[in-house]
Amino acid sequence: MKILVTIKQVPDTATQVKIAADGKSIDTTGVTWIVSPYDEFAVEEALRIKEKRGQGEVVAVSLGPDRVKEALRSCLAMGCDRAIHLNDPAWAAADTLATARALAAVVKQEGPQLVLCGRQAIDDDMGAVTAQLAELLGWPCAYWIMEEAIDADGKSVRAARQVEGGLEVFDLPLPAVLAAQKGLNEPRYPTLKGIMGAKKKEIRDVKAADLGAAPEPPQLSIVGLQALPPRPPGRIIQGDVPTAVKELVRALREDAKAI
Amino acid sequence: MPNAFWCLVEDDRNGSPKKVMAEVIGEASRLAPGRAEAVWLTDKASEAGLKQLAEWGAARVLLLEHAALAPYRSEVWVAAAAELAAKEAPKAIFAPVTSRQREFVARLAARLGVGLAADSVGFALEGDTLVATRPVYAGKLLSKVTWAKAPWVATLRPNVFRPAETQTGKTAPVERPAVATAAAQMKFVERREEVSTGLPELTEAETVISGGRGMKGPENYVILEELGRVIGAAVGASRAAVDAGWRPHRFQIGQTGRTISPKLYLGFGVSGAIQHLAGMRTSKVIVAVNKDPEAPIFKIADFGLVADLFEVVPELTKEFKKLLEK
Repeated sequence: MKILVTIKQVPDTATQVKIAADGKSIDTTGVTWIVSPYDEFAVEEALRIKEKRGQGEVVAVSLGPDRVKEALRSCLAMGCDRAIHLNDPAWAAADTLATARALAAVVKQEGPQLVLCGRQAIDDDMGAVTAQLAELLGWPCAYWIMEEAIDADGKSVRAARQVEGGLEVFDLPLPAVLAAQKGLNEPRYPTLKGIMGAKKKEIRDVKAADLGAAPEPPQLSIVGLQALPPRPPGRIIQGDVPTAVKELVRALREDAKAI
Repeated sequence: MPNAFWCLVEDDRNGSPKKVMAEVIGEASRLAPGRAEAVWLTDKASEAGLKQLAEWGAARVLLLEHAALAPYRSEVWVAAAAELAAKEAPKAIFAPVTSRQREFVARLAARLGVGLAADSVGFALEGDTLVATRPVYAGKLLSKVTWAKAPWVATLRPNVFRPAETQTGKTAPVERPAVATAAAQMKFVERREEVSTGLPELTEAETVISGGRGMKGPENYVILEELGRVIGAAVGASRAAVDAGWRPHRFQIGQTGRTISPKLYLGFGVSGAIQHLAGMRTSKVIVAVNKDPEAPIFKIADFGLVADLFEVVPELTKEFKKLLEK
């Protein structure tokens, strides 16, 4: 079974982000980059499916500039067999739909039985590419999955998606698209052998022209980024616990009107 | 009507719209007075639910009612909604952030070939365009985005927008267009209900209590639940507590958990790591209780107590009980 995993390289959560001179993007100087955590759940699940079935191929795909190779390399170190890098300045302003279109073109070329994605990337938190990719392919899709099991003959997948108040379980005929939620698995760390082996694995560069049509202009554009408005300074309530708690309750009721 | 602002109805799967719809309809009415329309995909809508939508200010209700629409499957919903959108040509399509709307609206935007601003916290009309504000980079920055063309598709973060006031007795025409049902590829197997805590759902609650590493163990969450029952709050946890196995993941607040925006957030033994702040920093009033005066959560807290949570929580429960009994 061939499985395609889409990943995104994002700034580490703890990294400081500064607005760049253009006012629309972040200054990437000194930023630590990681594979978006939800995408790691997707990679891990793909590797587990391959291991369980004893055969198959896991292909990691990502769209972005040259630095993205590092993220793809870490997926190869985890165990992906090869990687595809959608690397073209034509995609610099790609929104979720343009990204989904590029990924859909790759899926059509590669012909996987399953596409695994992360629930959302933790930089822009849009959480849309997975559903949009499914739509463009006309494939069934399950979001926020906590469990999956592919049937023995590889014709369908049973997936449990997280919804408010519980889990909903569906059978999806393959090919299908699944979005990984935290809790699906515990991603592995690359082994030293994996890291060494990753250096020899293929990362194929793909340009917009290789996918046929030129990217369409984005449907959603960033007008500008801005810093958060500062919160008004807080107040530390002093005193012994019973006194402080009484004052807190009074302040919440009378000053903040929050209760 | 053309140029309407659609409000996709999130319901309780039992025929009633969730109260978050008052916020969605309220915001749509503010941007487009008299042009907010409720669009409801469901297998069963109650009369009371339809009335409620009108009283929140929907100028018209478009009811897509069909057995095939439950349980929710994106492939079926998108076909039905896209066909109606082609006929009606709405100016905007709004929905609250919920697990299914997150997927459905993204897929619908792709079908319509338009942009999507997910998890928006503000809107402004600028000339003939709409600009949405949304938190990015773990909530450290705000991004302003705009659409190349209509319909402007967006999801709205719950508890952020001012809810519409109920206009008792207000009515709205209900139209029942034919539902275009696509053959479903996905087959429903079962629904597994969570063990109910009897407390509100995390993302919907007006008050949220959160317990972090300072809770010391899973057995201690009962004191937070007791406080939660007194003030009608949901109880969540930080990533540290979830990763330690003290609480199931569905209770996690933060970047890899739920994003909440309650009127009141009370954090106990929560340090305030960036990834936790990402999920709660748009809360209106933040209270932090931590023994460590250096805990980063105090930097964003409106009220802080540098104290032992195990002394504070029972005292707080007692005081709130007194207050609310009055």
